[in-house]
Amino acid sequence: MIELARRAVEATVGAGAGAAEAYASEDAGREVRAHGGAVESLTAATRRGIGVRAWIGQRAGYAYGTDLSDAGIRELAARAAETARIADEDEFAGPPELPVRLSPDMRGESAPELRDPSIGEWSSRDVAALALRIEEAALAADRRVAAVEQAVYADSVERVAIASSTGVEAEYERTSCYGYTQALAEGEGARETGLGFGLGRGPAALDPVRIGAEAAARATEMIGAGKPSSRGCPVVLDATVAASFVALIGRALGADAVQRGRSPFAGLAGEVVADDAFVVHDDGLDPEGSSSAPVDGEGIPRRRLALIENGALRTFLYDTYTARRAGTASTGSASRGGYRSQPSVGASNLIVASGELDLDGLLAQAGDGVLVTDVAGLHSGVNPVTGVFSVGASGLAIRGGETAEPLREFTIASDLVSMLKAVRAAGSAARWVPFGGSVRTPPLLIGEMTVAGS
Amino acid sequence: MSPLIEPEVAERVLRRALAGGGEFAEVFCERGAGLTLAIDESRIESVQSGASAGAGVRVLSGGTTYFAHVDGLDPDDLERAAGEAAAALHAESAEPRPLRAEAVVPQPIELRPAEVAAQRKADLLRELDARGRAAGPEISELTASYAEVRREIAVANSDGLLSGDDRTRVRIGVQAVARREGEVQTGAETLGGHRGFELLEDDAGEIAEAAAGKALTLLDAGPAPAGSMPVVIGGGFGGVLFHEMTGHGLEADHVQKGASVYVGKLGSQVAQPLLTAYDDGRMPNEWGSDSIDDEGTPTQKTMAIEEGRLVSFLYDRLTAARDGVAPTGNGRRESFRHLPVPRMTNTYIAPGDAEPEAMIAEVERGFYAASFAGGQVDPATGDFVFGVSEGYLIEGGRVTRPCRGATLIGNCLEALLAIDAVGSDFEMKTGVCGKAGQKVPVGTGQGHVRVRAMTVGGTEV
Repeated sequence: MIELARRAVEATVGAGAGAAEAYASEDAGREVRAHGGAVESLTAATRRGIGVRAWIGQRAGYAYGTDLSDAGIRELAARAAETARIADEDEFAGPPELPVRLSPDMRGESAPELRDPSIGEWSSRDVAALALRIEEAALAADRRVAAVEQAVYADSVERVAIASSTGVEAEYERTSCYGYTQALAEGEGARETGLGFGLGRGPAALDPVRIGAEAAARATEMIGAGKPSSRGCPVVLDATVAASFVALIGRALGADAVQRGRSPFAGLAGEVVADDAFVVHDDGLDPEGSSSAPVDGEGIPRRRLALIENGALRTFLYDTYTARRAGTASTGSASRGGYRSQPSVGASNLIVASGELDLDGLLAQAGDGVLVTDVAGLHSGVNPVTGVFSVGASGLAIRGGETAEPLREFTIASDLVSMLKAVRAAGSAARWVPFGGSVRTPPLLIGEMTVAGS
Repeated sequence: MSPLIEPEVAERVLRRALAGGGEFAEVFCERGAGLTLAIDESRIESVQSGASAGAGVRVLSGGTTYFAHVDGLDPDDLERAAGEAAAALHAESAEPRPLRAEAVVPQPIELRPAEVAAQRKADLLRELDARGRAAGPEISELTASYAEVRREIAVANSDGLLSGDDRTRVRIGVQAVARREGEVQTGAETLGGHRGFELLEDDAGEIAEAAAGKALTLLDAGPAPAGSMPVVIGGGFGGVLFHEMTGHGLEADHVQKGASVYVGKLGSQVAQPLLTAYDDGRMPNEWGSDSIDDEGTPTQKTMAIEEGRLVSFLYDRLTAARDGVAPTGNGRRESFRHLPVPRMTNTYIAPGDAEPEAMIAEVERGFYAASFAGGQVDPATGDFVFGVSEGYLIEGGRVTRPCRGATLIGNCLEALLAIDAVGSDFEMKTGVCGKAGQKVPVGTGQGHVRVRAMTVGGTEV
């Protein structure tokens, strides 16, 4: 892999670029979808490709391709150089440079193990059985579960290599897998859905019974749901919902959005942006994190960063470009969707610190309010510039410190900074959630939010 | 350009795919090339050129789909994919039917984007930037993007079908930010089509003014109301309402799994008689149009709701066979790396006879959602949510002040029945729809539509 990346860098410099960087990746993956006690589909796939950044003076361009023959690489290199010529000059554009003095932590020596080699020992028959067990578990958990929409298992073995004409060289391999199911429950003349999921480095990390039971519980607890009355009240976000918001906060902490004035956190470095109860780190080296890697998308070593601590905004996330623009160093926060996308600033794994109270404790502290177990419309209901949001929600009423009747068809509204300042407590039971980013968070109690229902 | 797959190769691949048995096999080949660029801070950046080629092979056997995909279109790559797809099958081999090539007329493209100089595209973005910023000194930031993509596809299956399509799409988008004291507002607009660069030769700069105009208008916004009230929805991208509320629930895979609120509703009255709606993959040069779907079925105009009565679901081959009906040309896939599933093409509510002004004049207190940022639905429960990007209060029959941060929320069956006026105006807009991890271009359209009562989720209780 690294050979291929080096070849692409050479070809791009040969095509007239002053500097070049190549990101090559290859992954082999499987996916099983089960429904009605049978395997609905079984997919086996390999994916290979390479993406090249080219710099000509202060101009930057990008090209990707899947033809890895010599002719294919030459054509790709020519396209990359051509795109650079189209771009305007930007004084901060330039290839990544490795930090001159590397601490042991930054040399990648403390890089975590990201592979579960046992993944290869599970045949497609084995993983199909796992998907079927997830469905069975959802159906067995509660008589009111009428069906599952589907139960899914997927895994991948991924290899990445990054090389640049400025001396960056990195290569790593990681495995990952996940399982989920959407249960359909029926009762009181209506149909309800509930999602259960799990993730890990290998299939042994997945507990099919737990995934199925979670889906069943989430679907059945919604039977008979009504609308809450519109009001401001305490809100408990369960871990999956909290994770969706934390992912949005991670995006808003990217220096790119901040420098271009398009983040609610712009101008707030060092300021109080949250209650002390909310602490979040970005940790690209967490052995359990699905976005973990020894280096970021530009080959710069990853590390653990305090983002919000003691209520204060400690740092933004920087890649090479935004760091240069701010006159600081990259935090190893270039993230990459694969060879088909250019690197951009992004969080790796966002880790929210856990507190003392379990869910019952949070509910007791809330007293009267709403426990939100699902949100919808995050991509359209949040203004990324201002952080103002209003999103669809469902969950359970909280009365007298305990959960009461199910609630649906309401919205919760606030803005990201006000919400963080209104955090009253973080729960004790954190979990990994893969929606919209890799996040590990406990449930959060928010002092007040606007709930709009009937 | 060479053909994506020679008929002899296709036959060999299909035979290989059926070597271990199976009722149906298909090979889908694709070659794609695209260019995107953006302007931000008045500087051309993020220039990206992409090229990919690959194939997906699927085999259907006993209710299970076996699927494999590979990068590359060499006969060896294709046979490898066929071998992987068939790896789990060990029955007696089946014989594919001889291939018969279908004649397909792709959508007409006058000016191939790849033949237009890159500088012209960069200049177009500079024009968008200048026009948007000229709309007012309060426009503080503007980003605009240009994207072109050409996808050639070929599909061959064991029923003897051999077909293909050549698809070119272009799309531009503008997002403007306006600031006044502490207030920050955004406005966005897009223009796109299954069309060549000629789409942008008229007055493409107009969308920059429209986006900037929205942001400027919203600077005067107050908080959005919270609660149930009559809602008038604007034309064009307002059609995302029907897309989410009804379109997804009509996709036959959801229906057959019992995961749609429209299960058992075929033939029933689901809306007032004033509402008729279509899914139409044949609208010339429209964003969601293709000449064939990604299984080779010609696209068609499907009436989904006729005067309030549900008359058809949307099918791909697999779901159509299960229901014993003909596929409706809705088998779509994001790329050769994905299995086809029933998807919308261009969905719209047909124009009615109400005048938009009159619709609003009849509302004493309500909400005017002129445009949406997007929406989401759970087809199984019918619960939906829409983010409003441009909303206003209606007071005393008149549109008064703009509102910030509103969301509409409700349930499909109730809201669809509650549509009590459909406007005579009509407009189509472009969208990108996500389902089962796949994104496809879709068109949405309608004139102004009024919903008798809907929950507006703002902050003003």
